[in-house]
Amino acid sequence: MSEILSLIVAKYNFWLYIILMMIGLYAMIAKNNLMKKLVGMNIFQTAIILFYVSIGYKYGATIPIIRGDEGGHGVHDMVIHAADYINPLPHVLMLTAIVVSVATFGVAMALCVRIYQRYQTLEEDELRMRLSDKSHR
Amino acid sequence: METIISITPFLVVLIPMLVIPVLVSSSKKPNVRETWVFVAGFAMFSLVVSMVPKILSGSHIALTLFQVAPGAAIALRVDGLGMMFALIASSLYIVTSLYSIGYMRGLNEHAQTRFVSFFALAISATLGAAFSANLLTLYLFYEILSLATYPLVAHHGDAKSKISARRYLVFILGTSIGLVLPAMIYCYHVTGTLEFSTAGIFSGQLTKPGAAVLLLMFVFGFAKAGIMPFHSWLPAAMVAPTPVSALLHAVAVVKVGVFSIVRVITGIFGVDLLASFNLGIVLMIISSITIIVSSCIALSQDELKRRLAYSTISQLSYIVFGMALLSPSGLLGGSIHILMHAFGKITLFFCAGAIFVATGKKYISEMKGLGRTMPFTFAAFFIGSLGVIGLPPTGGFYSKWNLILGTLESGHTFFMAVLLLSSFLNAFYFLPIVYQGFFGSVRVSHGQSLPSAQLIPSPTQVPSSIPVPSQIKEANWRMLIPLVVTALVSIGLFFFPDIFVDMILLGFNMSP
Amino acid sequence: MNNMPAILVIAPLLGALISGLSAWIEKKFSYYIALTAMTISCFAALKVLGQVMASGTIEYRMAGWAPPMGIELRIDLLNAMVLLLIAAIALVNLMASFKSVEQDMPDRSSSFYAMYQLFVVGLLGLTATGDLFNLYVLIEITSLSSYTLIALGNRDRAPLAALNYIFIGVIGASFYLLGVGYLYIITGSLNMADVASILKGIQGSSAVLTGFILCILGIWIKMALFPLHVWLPNAYSYAPVAFARIVAPLMTKVMVYVMVRLMITVFGFDYIFETLNLADVVVWLAVAAILAGGFMALAQNDLKKMLAYIIVCEIGYMVGGAWLGNDTAMTGAILHILNDALMTFALFLAAGNIIYMKKRVEFQDMKGLFATMPWTMAGFVLAGLSIIGVPPTCGFFSKWYLLLGAFEAGAYHFAAALIISSLLCAVLFFKLFEIAFFETPDHSCDHAGNTSMNAGSMKSASMNGTSMKSAYLYDSHSHQPAKASSTADETCDGTNTAPDKAHGHHQVTVMAEAPLSMLAALGVAALSLVLTGLYSGAIVDNIIGPFLAL
Repeated sequence: MSEILSLIVAKYNFWLYIILMMIGLYAMIAKNNLMKKLVGMNIFQTAIILFYVSIGYKYGATIPIIRGDEGGHGVHDMVIHAADYINPLPHVLMLTAIVVSVATFGVAMALCVRIYQRYQTLEEDELRMRLSDKSHR
Repeated sequence: METIISITPFLVVLIPMLVIPVLVSSSKKPNVRETWVFVAGFAMFSLVVSMVPKILSGSHIALTLFQVAPGAAIALRVDGLGMMFALIASSLYIVTSLYSIGYMRGLNEHAQTRFVSFFALAISATLGAAFSANLLTLYLFYEILSLATYPLVAHHGDAKSKISARRYLVFILGTSIGLVLPAMIYCYHVTGTLEFSTAGIFSGQLTKPGAAVLLLMFVFGFAKAGIMPFHSWLPAAMVAPTPVSALLHAVAVVKVGVFSIVRVITGIFGVDLLASFNLGIVLMIISSITIIVSSCIALSQDELKRRLAYSTISQLSYIVFGMALLSPSGLLGGSIHILMHAFGKITLFFCAGAIFVATGKKYISEMKGLGRTMPFTFAAFFIGSLGVIGLPPTGGFYSKWNLILGTLESGHTFFMAVLLLSSFLNAFYFLPIVYQGFFGSVRVSHGQSLPSAQLIPSPTQVPSSIPVPSQIKEANWRMLIPLVVTALVSIGLFFFPDIFVDMILLGFNMSP
Repeated sequence: MNNMPAILVIAPLLGALISGLSAWIEKKFSYYIALTAMTISCFAALKVLGQVMASGTIEYRMAGWAPPMGIELRIDLLNAMVLLLIAAIALVNLMASFKSVEQDMPDRSSSFYAMYQLFVVGLLGLTATGDLFNLYVLIEITSLSSYTLIALGNRDRAPLAALNYIFIGVIGASFYLLGVGYLYIITGSLNMADVASILKGIQGSSAVLTGFILCILGIWIKMALFPLHVWLPNAYSYAPVAFARIVAPLMTKVMVYVMVRLMITVFGFDYIFETLNLADVVVWLAVAAILAGGFMALAQNDLKKMLAYIIVCEIGYMVGGAWLGNDTAMTGAILHILNDALMTFALFLAAGNIIYMKKRVEFQDMKGLFATMPWTMAGFVLAGLSIIGVPPTCGFFSKWYLLLGAFEAGAYHFAAALIISSLLCAVLFFKLFEIAFFETPDHSCDHAGNTSMNAGSMKSASMNGTSMKSAYLYDSHSHQPAKASSTADETCDGTNTAPDKAHGHHQVTVMAEAPLSMLAALGVAALSLVLTGLYSGAIVDNIIGPFLAL
């Protein structure tokens, strides 16, 4: 038991993102309202972004901006310890991922607007009913 | 044995395909269109004939078109057996073309351009199958042939032909995809080649049960050969116009089926392998059942074309039976039966079509006394019957003689009885037609002459009440000439079978 | 420095931008700009394939940054082939699209072309890239543009179908991204070649396993492997025709390519077939996909839906082939990427032509099509035969390799599934051929008016003005004599001719074919089916074989 607990504590960031992901997934699957599904989708994506951000982090490290003391050419002379700086790459990647998720969200919102204009509802069961009405007609 | 690389066999296959656009573009001018059919037919035939001397001198003509996988190419190779088949198909194509002009115009059929186009495609595929160097190429042309024939079977476009065409396709395509394809790929998987060779492609990779399963997959898979229980597409396909029944369902399509089986037995398995596993007997039993059962069914058919169809099923199994004997005479008899039966049966179909066009009759019970108004047709019918029964002076005698010799050679005397019994049955279902035709009393009742509503009465048709016995009323000359020619050839083959015998012996690597 | 790989991807990207902007000046420009961009791209793809075949793998460093830091386009024989496939299909489809876009969405044509090019950029990019994260971004670019393009389709249903596609697409892409995260944790690199070399030493790691499973799962969702296919049929059948024609052949097939790439280049055969023991399970999944796809296709009565389920079925072919674990089957799977893309393309082109003339493609709308649209139906028949796997069309040859591979692996259940699906496809297509051949359109039984073959399509033909009207091949109906009585009744249940009662001669079936540009595209696609089939030996010898031998 304590082993599992320590496993959870040691890698709490993983557990957190998994929980967040599951919340998002649950909303996407179980919610009836399209907007709520969208929110779930956003939570789902954010969970992964958090995961990436957390894997770049190191204890006691700082943001990876190298400061030269004399400015100008001094950078080359300094000894740089990688352990002093957090890994910037996952963070940079996430900038792209955030852009992607925002774009997806935007497109999805636009589609929701279209659906609402057409059917005056965003509840999925009502939409289904209207669609089947249409096909019967 | 010399192998000559030449483009000629490819040209033979290509000509009918190339002529199709020409046919389509001249669809408004039937005479021009038909001229092109003959141009193509004669070009094809003369190219085939031009290869005969080389084949008889013992060489092969080969051409590899596309290498699709190591050991599997789309390749053509002309040997004696293929040459014989190509000669039959290309010569009968010309005759049938003439006949079909008479038939189609005589009945004012619709969509004649579509008809001749697919007919040309079908003959191209038949020749391709004849010249195939390996099983893959054979399969390719086999499938093209199946598909090219589909619109021909469905030609009338009514409910009946729809059902027939569907059955045709289910049997032909279903078996070739479901049985032949996996069997072929399994062969390739085991041996790495599909090239036909008289020694077979296997060298100890097969066990006896494995070989038996594989053999049966091939024999039933090539359902065009009409081995029972995969035969019922053939009577159904008789809804097609008679030229289709004549060339395709008596010669090209069904013979491609048996030809494929011949190739598989002699080129893929090899006679020796089958003999060592003693698998011939299995095939013999299967084909004997088909021979007897379908002959019996033929006896009970009143529609002439259906009777001919069941007769075809039975005769096709003779060929398979000959192969199954695995003895020299059996192989020879079976293979040459491809030729003999082709000329005999096409004559019979031509006659059936001629009777239909001239009188609108397609049931045997209505044909009493018809021989007196159509003497040439019925004489030809008589000769054709003799050919199929296997009596002299027709070529059919030669093949049956060899088959019976083969049963003695291989010691299966019991099966000789099967052959004899079947010949009696053949005589029973053909000769009464001729007898009734010439000597039967004429009684024609009104309203019976056109049993099927969708058939179009021809303008030249004699009103059904007046067949004046003494008056000769044959179908038009375009139909009469072909059936006379094939009947004469059928007799000629009795006296001069040598050239074809040589071809077959060369094809099987046997000394003449 | 040879910049062809960059031009290949960037040409449509710039094209998209300019197409979008040019709409303010003149709407028509956007089409021609797209056409130019696609032509350049196609040309570059041809060039790249030539280079790769002549001198081996191209490693193109974007902006000169060296990998593993910089992003690399890495083009070997496999993706050179896929790139050419994408570029060629995109170009041919664009040629056919002008008319259908004009018909479907005249007011939004320039945005369509812009998004269309972005979609192609995404596909080209994700095929060319050698970087795992870059792959993710490009998958999302492709998906985003396809969401918007699908939403442009059927006004009632497309938005909802697109939204559902978004939900599932996001899950798929996110899984992939997560998997890449795990790989990054364990290897510290994103470059495929780099990751592959590091992974060789740490195959037992559970992080690698997690990463692998997440990546593959994500890709499977994107490629619609049964039972993750639910988004596909709706999305593809409600999309605008011009887009359905490109997304159906390419999207899933490129995802199969990505799977193959991950399996071969990143994780390696050894890892997948020796360390993991998943192959059997996946082959069973593929079998299920093949059969389920086939049977569900059988249950449809709408052409587009049926084709969509056939895609589901074909995905099973490729996944199964890739996971059988021998070179022959892998060859078959890769060859089938090419062949299936072409077959599906030809089928959707034919469907597009029919939709263009008839607006709908439920089966009852296809009655009598052989008479009215013979050329389209000829292409359709050829593509259908290819799906069934009749030689010499290309579908036969990939099936050949797949079956051979199945025998080699002893996977007889997969072989049986292939055969059964061939038979199912035969039933599917011949059912359609029968409807199009034997049945007459309902209104031709109209006793009162002129019994012309198809009043509806004639009207639309004259409306569009460009359609070819001619009577050919079926002219010989003219020989049919007038049957004074019972004409109309017989026509209804039987023959597909409708003899003209008034004159009794020269009844001419009016052909109402799609515009020439669409027919030409279909012709090119149909011809390519036969040519790739006949030259499949050369393709295997020169492209797939050397690739797998590496």
